[in-house]
Amino acid sequence: MATREFAAHESHAHAAPQGFIRKWVFSLDHKVIGLQYYFLALSAVFVGMLLSLLMRIHMIWPNATIPLLGDIKPETYVSLLTMHGTIMVFFVLTTAPQGGFGNYFLPIQIGAADMAFPVLNMLSFWVTFLGYIALLAAFFVPGGAPLHGWTGYPPLSAVPSAGPGEGLGADLWGISIALFCLGALMSALNFITTTLDMRAKGMKLMRMPLTCWAWFITAILGLLAFGVLLSAAILLLLDRNAGTSFYVPLITVNGQVLAHKGGSPLLWQHLFWFFGHPEVYIAIVPAMGLCSQLVSVFSRKPIFGYKAMVYAMLSIGLLGFMVWGHHMFMSGMSPYSAFAFSVMTMAIGVPSAIKTFNWLGTLWGGRIRFASPMLFAIGFVSLFVSGGISGPFLAQPTLDIPLHDTAFVVGHFHLIMGVASIFGIFAATYYWFPKMFGRMMNESLARWHFWFTFVGTYSIFMPMHYLGMAGQPRRYSQFTELHYLDRLIPLNTFITFAAFVTIAAQFIFVFNLFWSMKFGKKASDNPWEATTLEWTTATPPPHDNFGGHTPIVYNGPYEYSVPGAPRDYVMQTDTTAVPAH
Amino acid sequence: MASLTPTVSIGDPRTALGGGGGAPPVPLRGGGDDSARYFHMRLRRARLGMAVGIIGIVMVFVSFTSAYVVRQGMPSFDPRTNSLVHDWLAVPLPRLLLINTFVLLLSSAAMELARRQTKRQVALAQTAAIPGVSLGEEKQIPWLALTAMLGLIFLTGQWLVWRELAARGFYLSTSASSSFVYLLTGIHGVHLLGGIVALLSASAACLLRQPLDSQFVVQDVTGWYWHFMAILWVYILCLLEFVH
Repeated sequence: MATREFAAHESHAHAAPQGFIRKWVFSLDHKVIGLQYYFLALSAVFVGMLLSLLMRIHMIWPNATIPLLGDIKPETYVSLLTMHGTIMVFFVLTTAPQGGFGNYFLPIQIGAADMAFPVLNMLSFWVTFLGYIALLAAFFVPGGAPLHGWTGYPPLSAVPSAGPGEGLGADLWGISIALFCLGALMSALNFITTTLDMRAKGMKLMRMPLTCWAWFITAILGLLAFGVLLSAAILLLLDRNAGTSFYVPLITVNGQVLAHKGGSPLLWQHLFWFFGHPEVYIAIVPAMGLCSQLVSVFSRKPIFGYKAMVYAMLSIGLLGFMVWGHHMFMSGMSPYSAFAFSVMTMAIGVPSAIKTFNWLGTLWGGRIRFASPMLFAIGFVSLFVSGGISGPFLAQPTLDIPLHDTAFVVGHFHLIMGVASIFGIFAATYYWFPKMFGRMMNESLARWHFWFTFVGTYSIFMPMHYLGMAGQPRRYSQFTELHYLDRLIPLNTFITFAAFVTIAAQFIFVFNLFWSMKFGKKASDNPWEATTLEWTTATPPPHDNFGGHTPIVYNGPYEYSVPGAPRDYVMQTDTTAVPAH
Repeated sequence: MASLTPTVSIGDPRTALGGGGGAPPVPLRGGGDDSARYFHMRLRRARLGMAVGIIGIVMVFVSFTSAYVVRQGMPSFDPRTNSLVHDWLAVPLPRLLLINTFVLLLSSAAMELARRQTKRQVALAQTAAIPGVSLGEEKQIPWLALTAMLGLIFLTGQWLVWRELAARGFYLSTSASSSFVYLLTGIHGVHLLGGIVALLSASAACLLRQPLDSQFVVQDVTGWYWHFMAILWVYILCLLEFVH
């Protein structure tokens, strides 16, 4: 035992820093780095929401003049769309659940003093931060932000003369993506090594909380996916700046034949979506892990089918690499390929259903505590089902072709990838805030926030499915003059007002977050009566996480309502004999 | 309510992967068993991190390979004939590449000798610590410096290859095939440069007389990386030479 403790101290090689710069800016502490990622994502989500609001305003009032911005031209609209998607996918949905909470809680939940490579961890954050700055800088350069959407399809994205934002703005976009990939790869390396090599005594893989499994699987997905996007971005930057023709065919722009020849725009699509589909799971798998955790904690029941949950996440990750072609049914691919991609895509429904039924199975018969983290966890399950159910629609080429470029797809991916994952972030914030900041968040404000956001996001994205089926195209800057869509304008107006209300409700969250840091009720070390290791240590956790010792794990992570136990939960570190079942 | 999570008592709790061959089985700082365990832990962790990092780099080159193969088989539009033609123009690779390959393989051998020399020093450290035992002065060969030098010669050679290609009229943007030659050699070169930085850091650890175990950990993972660079280069060369 002494040896393990020795190992723990030695592995935490860096001492607690004293100065502000080393403690809060260039920190090596995974907890501070986790907070840095979190606040980066928080700032990014507000930029992203502002852009979406501008888009919604333009859609129903195309001639409105926005204070400070003036008129929104069609190209401005498309650049808003590009930046909204890029910021939200990379710097919010990928950053907060993995970089933020994963960094903060993975080491603590497995009983480690820090991540395996703290310096690399710090570098990961700062490279990501540089990527964020490069992306935001695209707004302020001549020509403005790029127009090519978050998917960056060439030739538009590869030809600087193709539009006003496709000059320096698009270069900055490419650099930002490349930097983000570098940061994500370094981070994935750290997560995988930490999970495999730094677990406390007794923390077998199958004793890890499902959150840790989720972060681990997400890291594997990131390791395999971001390298591909990095390669694709390098080729794109070369096409743009070095005259190569990886993606650009012989093409005429504004009456001028360009020097490129022979490149394939489809090559980018293959590389991009080989990354892009796993990216969906990179965004949502951490939320799945967290939801499993919370459903168990707040139902006071062990998670239903722990191993099935692990294997379901692994199979979702594995299948995620075999379905990229379903984003390209419109590209003229062979029907045989389309069929194969279609079948593989629908196969993902099986592990997804296993997870959903296991969450419901956990809730069934539980003594449910409807605290705010649990509300968001249940909200996540609801959104996962509502957003996911349209997946099998789009997985069929015959349905995807008419629906692909419509608002149906916008509704689908926002519910399943965007809002569901955001609900995971909210649930994690409400759940772990007491541990991170030593105080409770205000529960009443949290409930208001939940109901506004839950009803609001459904009001925004559910009607989009109907709009899409009625033929409303996506990415159009203006459709008020498309008379066949006239009857849809009231519904679009409703969506815009719902967006206003939902975004306004997010200020309740931000107020609660900062107000509670200072004035929230003092939190005990284990306010939710949960079992995992973070609740065994002080609040907030000390620099080395466990105050000079390493925990020893005797029990599984979801020992609730154990017969014969003195309380309705048994901590992972409790030595009380728990009978095997 | 019955718990559905099986909970069993711990017989022999395993905390991590463990294992990993090739490390000296001795305590290195005179600190006894703890010191040896700490060393093994660092070595195992560094190796695992390097292995995971290598997977990431492999994915980058897998993507380039797939782009290379796809682009090669794809016809391109010829406006003169108004038809699709296969425009893949094989780049005749300069013979200098073979010499460069030999230099890189040589550097890989030097790296391995450097690693083994330090491993031997580490193994002998315990014996030398026994009172009354003297092992005499063993001559140390600067294998690390030699590896770095060979690496730099390789990079210079690659630059000369680029000049030769340019002299023959093959520039980065001349054709799809020449773009790939520059791309693959260039990105490999950037990775190798990272290896040279690692070698310099390992050399600095020696010069600053850091503890032998720290030196060994750095050299061991640098060795892994360097050998991987050599294998990767041979792969790239075969791809460029044989797949067209």
